[in-house]
Amino acid sequence: MTLMTKCLGAAAMLSLSAGAALSEPALIFDLGGKFDKSFNEAAYNGAKRWVEDTGGSFREIELQSEAQREQALRRFAEAGFNPVITMGFAMADPLSNVAPDYPDTKFTAVDVTWLDAPNIRQIGFAEHEGSYLVGMLAAMASESGTVGFVGGMDIPLIRHFGCGYAQGAMAVNPDIKIIANMTGTTPAAWNDPVKGSELTKAQISQGADVVYAAAGGTGVGVLQTAADEGILSIGVDSNQNHLHPGKVLTSMLKRVDVAVYDAMTAGENLETGVFTLGLAEDGVGYALDEHNAALISDEMKAEVDAAREAIIAGELNVVGYYENDSCPVIDF
Amino acid sequence: MDFTTLIQLLDSTIRSATPLLLACLAGLYSERSGIFDIGLEGKMLAAAFFSAAVAFLSGSAWIGLAAGIASSVTLALIHALASINFRGNQLISGVAINFLAAGMTVLVAEAWFSQGGRTPSLVGLARFEPIKLPFADQVAEFPFLGPIYAELLSGHSILVYVALAMVPMTWWVLYRSRFGLRLRAVGEAPEAVDTAGVSVIRLRYQAVIICGVLCGIAGAYMATGLQANFTKDMTANRGFIALAALIFAKWRPWHALMACLLFGFLFAIETRFQKIDLLGVTLPLQFVQALPYVLTVVILAGFVGRATPPRAGGEPYVKER
Repeated sequence: MTLMTKCLGAAAMLSLSAGAALSEPALIFDLGGKFDKSFNEAAYNGAKRWVEDTGGSFREIELQSEAQREQALRRFAEAGFNPVITMGFAMADPLSNVAPDYPDTKFTAVDVTWLDAPNIRQIGFAEHEGSYLVGMLAAMASESGTVGFVGGMDIPLIRHFGCGYAQGAMAVNPDIKIIANMTGTTPAAWNDPVKGSELTKAQISQGADVVYAAAGGTGVGVLQTAADEGILSIGVDSNQNHLHPGKVLTSMLKRVDVAVYDAMTAGENLETGVFTLGLAEDGVGYALDEHNAALISDEMKAEVDAAREAIIAGELNVVGYYENDSCPVIDF
Repeated sequence: MDFTTLIQLLDSTIRSATPLLLACLAGLYSERSGIFDIGLEGKMLAAAFFSAAVAFLSGSAWIGLAAGIASSVTLALIHALASINFRGNQLISGVAINFLAAGMTVLVAEAWFSQGGRTPSLVGLARFEPIKLPFADQVAEFPFLGPIYAELLSGHSILVYVALAMVPMTWWVLYRSRFGLRLRAVGEAPEAVDTAGVSVIRLRYQAVIICGVLCGIAGAYMATGLQANFTKDMTANRGFIALAALIFAKWRPWHALMACLLFGFLFAIETRFQKIDLLGVTLPLQFVQALPYVLTVVILAGFVGRATPPRAGGEPYVKER
């Protein structure tokens, strides 16, 4: 079977390699799609910036189904692309199958940090730290004392976001009520804006006046409904402040673009291992631009920046969901 | 659960049930005429895209609605051509339409707007805004009936009222009009209709076109009423849930309303209460989210009595057999 896949792969390589120069980088987007205005789009922006800066070119694929993960990975590796960059936690299993077969190819896995392979650069983000900061902002901006969280697919990573957010909100207002909902339990939950809207409306009716969406494409519906209903929302991964100027409180930035840019710049000489990008490395943060300047007062900014310094200095510890597979302040 | 929560829950039920109801009634017309249609999903998706795209370009939700209906009817006509004139397999044609719509919408969206298969956000008149029924503000203070009128009945987009009005209208058309009698007959015994000198092909085309129009409204409601843009696969299998509701309703309009409201209610419960405490046991999120689908399986397994489809359903009509 392995021999057969190799043969098939080789045949695929012949057809693919015709136009591909060796050691170009390749980028595999996750199911949310390249233009999800969020996680995958951040990766695309990083790659685009690399193309503008270096004049290089890269190959990309948007996965359409679970079954394509390993196939896409193997094809890129066979065709000599280096490094091969993957997006999302779900690439972990395909990577652990494919990476050992191509020891000379370097892989970069965003959101995967637990594999044991010498040729993978694994990049994790301290999402709970960034979420902590936007949680503080949410609690300060909330007048009702209730804030909401809409997650995409119910996975530990998304609970990690929600947990940091809840801790941040509670640091500002210990009595705050946090409503946390998940869109679904299958990958379709990343792309259901109608359900995102409905969840937001349900949270608004329970009193929420700031809603944080960590839900990929579903978040577009959350932000839309929040803007329609006149409450504030918080975007995720990419800077989403511009989607509804003056109505998006801030966005929790996850600098996937920087991670992709760096990986492409390093090329074949990529340093492998496990890297975690937190506040100290500017891997996560909150977005402040002309679209939300009026919403974030100087006091709010000062308080959040103080917390940021404290987290970087190690004086303030934000508990991650992964530590005990549970969150100390909120029950999902 | 207090009264306000219940009202909010029912309010959410209506929003969730509307696309299901429109699609379910669409399927009802088509299947009553003997044309099985599993392409409801695809027609809704195409309508969602074209209504959002044209509403954005023209700035009018109504022109968008017309474009959505036109695209849905086009797909319906393809289905009709394949299954009526060419006597093809209706299920295969329906599947083809679903695939066609799923791929085509994203492709065209990317070509027109370059936003990765979505359409730009709609503002102002390009969307169907919620409308307030007369006196909604004045009676809101009334105990009990006030909130029911002001919160539950008022404040939906016009298409919701269109969908609800379609139920009695469909009942009337089906059971009280000459067209309805012939429509039911052509699904049960097309040869009898043919003997009476009425064109089977013409009747079936009419039914399929009505199906296209209703699917078009359903899609437009999702993209320009509930949301403010089209996103990839945004119908999220609602077309198939509508089919299940249609079988549950045994192809009858009032029962279709009830079935769709039941599904809508389950979706509303799922979004509002992600965990349910029942007799001291906490049902997890996964269970609650699976409820509509568990219900679908239970229904389709025939636990709610025998659902007999129109006798000539799925069979292309051949003259003088």
